[in-house]
Amino acid sequence: MNLLRVIFLRLATTFLTLFGVAVIVFFVIRVVPGNPIAMMLPPGATEADVARLQAQYGFDKSIPEQFFIWLGGVLQGDFGTSISTRQPVSELVLGRLPATLELSVVALLMACLIGGTLALTGTRMRGTRTEGAIDVSTGVALSVPDFLWGLVLILLFGVLWPVFHISGRISPSLDIDFTTNFYMFEALLRLRFDVLADLVGHMFMPALALAIPLAAIIGQLLKQSLKETMHLDYVALARTKGYSERHVITREALPNAILPTLTLVGVQFTFLIGGTVIIERLFSYEGLGNMAIDAVINRDLPLIQGIVLLFALLFTVVNLVVDMLYVVLNPRLRHA
Amino acid sequence: MSAQLSVRDLSITLQNGVRILRNVSLEVGAGRVHGLVGESGAGKSMIGKAILGTLPHAMNVTGGQICFGDVDLMAMAPKARRTWIGANAALIPQDPLTALNPSKRIGPQITRRLVDILGWAKTNAKARALDLLAEVQITDPARVMRSYPHELSGGMRQRILIASAFAAEPKLIIADEPTTALDVTVQKQILKLIAQMQAEHGTALLFVTHDLGVVSKVCDTMSVLYAGKVLENAQMRRFFTHPIHPYSRALLAATPTYSNPTGSLAQVPQKVIDGVEQDIRHHDIRNHI
Ligand SMILES: Nc1ncnc2c1ncn2[C@@H]1O[C@H](COP(=O)(O)OP(=O)(O)OP(=O)(O)O)[C@@H](O)[C@H]1O
Ligand SMILES: [Mg+2]
Repeated sequence: MNLLRVIFLRLATTFLTLFGVAVIVFFVIRVVPGNPIAMMLPPGATEADVARLQAQYGFDKSIPEQFFIWLGGVLQGDFGTSISTRQPVSELVLGRLPATLELSVVALLMACLIGGTLALTGTRMRGTRTEGAIDVSTGVALSVPDFLWGLVLILLFGVLWPVFHISGRISPSLDIDFTTNFYMFEALLRLRFDVLADLVGHMFMPALALAIPLAAIIGQLLKQSLKETMHLDYVALARTKGYSERHVITREALPNAILPTLTLVGVQFTFLIGGTVIIERLFSYEGLGNMAIDAVINRDLPLIQGIVLLFALLFTVVNLVVDMLYVVLNPRLRHA
Repeated sequence: MSAQLSVRDLSITLQNGVRILRNVSLEVGAGRVHGLVGESGAGKSMIGKAILGTLPHAMNVTGGQICFGDVDLMAMAPKARRTWIGANAALIPQDPLTALNPSKRIGPQITRRLVDILGWAKTNAKARALDLLAEVQITDPARVMRSYPHELSGGMRQRILIASAFAAEPKLIIADEPTTALDVTVQKQILKLIAQMQAEHGTALLFVTHDLGVVSKVCDTMSVLYAGKVLENAQMRRFFTHPIHPYSRALLAATPTYSNPTGSLAQVPQKVIDGVEQDIRHHDIRNHI
C-alpha cells in the first residue's frame, strides 16, 4: 500500500540524512577554534594533565579516527560522555527532550488554533473590515521574529501586567515527584490541575512567542487557499443544497483547502523547533535548546553532537508524520 | 398551465454599476421544460444563480421578483430561503469534473443533505441513493457509492449529479449547460437521460444552453436572452415557425437544422446586433427617467 511505501522510503532517507548530519557536525565543531580541555582544567595545569585528559576523551587521535570511534558507540546507543558534566550524553539529552517536545507541541497547537481561527473568520467575513484587519495583523506578526515576540510578551505579561511566570518550567514548591519528564502530560494524567496550571503559567509566553509567526503563516496561507476553494463548483453546489455558509466553509472547502497548508506547517514546525533554542534561553526554560547553548559555550563536543543528532531526528520524524497525514487526508494519493 | 417558477422584472447589477440582467421576466410551468438560450456572457447562468441564491458577492439584485408557486423568494429571510431552496430546487451543474467534492465519497455527497437538511433517516437516504443511481443507469451502484470522484469518468459523474439533483424530488431543477463539458457521444446519452428523468418525475426544468438544436428537442417553452435582456418568450413550436424578434430570426438562420444539416453557419448579422443594442440603450434610458 501507498502508506507503507512512503514510510519505507522515508526511513531509508532518514538514515542517510542522520549519517550526513553526524559527519558534518562532527567535523565542523572540531574545525572551529576553542579547546574543550583547556576549559576544564584549573589555571596552572601542567602539560601532562592536558595530555592525560586529551587521551581520556580520545582527542589525541586523528579526527577521522575519533569519528569512527564515536560512530561505533552511537550505533550501540552510546553517545559518549559530556565533558562539562561528566554524565552520559544520552541521559542528559533524553532528560531534556520531553521539555522541548512539550513546548514545541503546545506552540504548534496554539499556532494551528490561532491561525485556523483567523483563516476561517477571514473567509467568513471576506470583503469586510474584519478581513482587512486580519490581513494586516498576520502581516505584522510575520515580519517580527519569535524572540522579539518573546520580549514583547515579557514586557506585557511579565512586567506591565504580571500574570504569567517569566522564567523556568515549574515553580519549585510544586515540583512533585514526576516519574517522567513529560511534566504537563503527567500532571494531566494524574489529574493534578494545580500543577498543570502552574506549568501552563510558565509555558504560556514561550509557547505563544514561538506560535505567533507560525499562526500568521497558517492564517495567511489557509485563508488564501480557502478563498480559491470557495469559488469552486462543488462549493456552490453545496450552497444550493441548503447548507449554511459556515457548513460550506468548514465541511466542503476546508478539507480540500487544508492540504497545501499542511505541507507548509510541516516545514515551518521544524523551524519552530529550531526556534526553541533562543526562546528557551530567553525564558530560562530547561529544555534541549537551552542545554545546546550551554554546550556550545562550554565547547562540550560530545554533548553538541548528541543534541544536534537528536534535533535532526526530530525534524525527519516531523516530516514523516506530515507525509503520512497528507496521504491519509488526500484520497487521490491513497488509491494511486 | 400554472407557473412553478415565475421571474418578474429581475435586475442584477455589479457593485461597480454594470448591469448584468435587465428586467428579466420568464416562467417555467409546473412539470414543464423551459429553455434559456443566449450567447456566452448573456447572463444565463446568473438567472439560475439568482434563483438558487448563489450569486457572486459582487452582484446585487436591484429589482424584481422571483416567485416559486405562490412563495415569494425575495421576501424570505436568507436562512429560510436557503433551506427552502435546498428542499424544493436543485442544480445540475455544467462541469461534472469540478462539481463533486474530491475528498468525499460519492455516497455521502448524495445522501448527507437528505439527512442534514431534510431530516431523513440514514438508511432511507442510502436506499434512495441506490435506487436513483440505478435509475440513471449506473451499474453496481453500491460500489459507486463507495468511490471517490476521481475514480469515475465524466459521464458517470454527470449521471451521479443528475441522480443527486432528483434525490429530494424537487419541484424545479435548473440544468446549466449540463452537457457542454462532455464529449459528443456522452452528450446525447446525458441529454436523453435528463429528458427521461424529467418526464418520469414530473419536475419543472429550466434548461440553460446556447444550442437551439437541443432546445428544439427537449423544451416546451423558451426565452432568448441577449446582454442580460429577454428578447422573446415563446412557445416552442411558435418560436421555430414564427420567431418575432429580429435577433431570434437571425439566430434561427444561423442554426443548422435537420432539413439543412450543414446550415448557413452565418453569424447573426451585425445590423441585427446593432438594432438590439440600440433597443437596450433606449430601454435603459427609459428606466432611468
Ligand atoms: N463573479 C463575477 N463577477 C463579475 N462579473 C461576472 C462574474 N461572473 C460573471 N460575470 C459577468 O456576468 C455576465 C453574465 O455571465 P453568465 O455567466 O451569466 O453568462 P452565461 O450566459 O452563463 O454565459 P456562458 O454561456 O458562457 O455560461 C458576463 O458578462 C460575465 O462577465
Ligand atoms: Mg453560464
